Amino acid sequence: MKLLLNGTPREIDARTLTDVLLAEGLGTAKVATAVNGSFVPAGLRATTELRDGDAVEIVAPMQGG
Amino acid sequence: MRAFYGTHLSNGFMLGTAQSPSPAILADAFQRSGASVATVSLRRESGQDRAGQDFWQMIQSLGVHVLPNTAGCHTVKEAVTTAHMAREVFDTKWIKLEVIGEEDTLQPDVFGLVEAARILTEDGFQVFPYTTEDLVVADRLLHAGCEVLMPWGAPIGSGKGLNNVFGLRAMRAHFPDVPLVIDAGLGLPSQAAAAMEMGFDAVLLNTAVAKAGDPAAMALAFAQAVAAGTLAAEADPMEPRDMAAPSTPVIGKAFLS
Repeated sequence: MKLLLNGTPREIDARTLTDVLLAEGLGTAKVATAVNGSFVPAGLRATTELRDGDAVEIVAPMQGG
Repeated sequence: MRAFYGTHLSNGFMLGTAQSPSPAILADAFQRSGASVATVSLRRESGQDRAGQDFWQMIQSLGVHVLPNTAGCHTVKEAVTTAHMAREVFDTKWIKLEVIGEEDTLQPDVFGLVEAARILTEDGFQVFPYTTEDLVVADRLLHAGCEVLMPWGAPIGSGKGLNNVFGLRAMRAHFPDVPLVIDAGLGLPSQAAAAMEMGFDAVLLNTAVAKAGDPAAMALAFAQAVAAGTLAAEADPMEPRDMAAPSTPVIGKAFLS
């Protein structure tokens, strides 16, 4: 499936948002997710089905002021 | 010190975690200064990069309160979505709400700020809005559900100190029961002390420590300035006056002329 993952076009074998995280090795990581600009809570990742062209954002803790 | 959404902090020193020369120096700055709150952020993570996971472990080891921000957000939607992501990742209702409105000064878009604050407080967030010293905006933020206000001292990263002392004094006087934090623009510990002497409840700064030659020492200097300013405010400072008033008694002085 063609996805825009964190702003980069990617071809990822995934059906749901959980599949993307597993493919990226972030299955257990401290991250938050959004699809097409909308927040997807952790509890909904497994049932959030993706479509070609979806924009997926994965964010993690980072330094901030 | 006034409580922040029911939380009593051990001191009024909030320290940002960005731009530090290294994680070890950042940890040292927190340990030496005893800063009570650390601001943090969210950034993209994918592929083999695991910087975020290591950073989060380090922050947790500090034992401080964590205040996630929405830095870099320019729209209400961006800020609200970021806040939701932050609440899940950092497991806190606290959010430092930034909706940036102008690039040169990084001043808040106060219209978007009020709207985002209303959306987030209705959703159970405890919002720390990065705002200006404008009293009308402050009032709107309180009506939107904010119980803390964070007026800027000066533009973010400028190190100019308290740009509008009159406006900040007016804000302190106008909202005597609201916890107020000077957020952004501080460059020197003396400016932090001045803010605390004016009765502000805390200062939040980042660049002044991160860009110092010795960040940990500068963090400690800020902590001491905050402590001095806090004590001075509690000690009820004298009123300034225009003309001199002799401090040494003149009665009984020898007549020598």
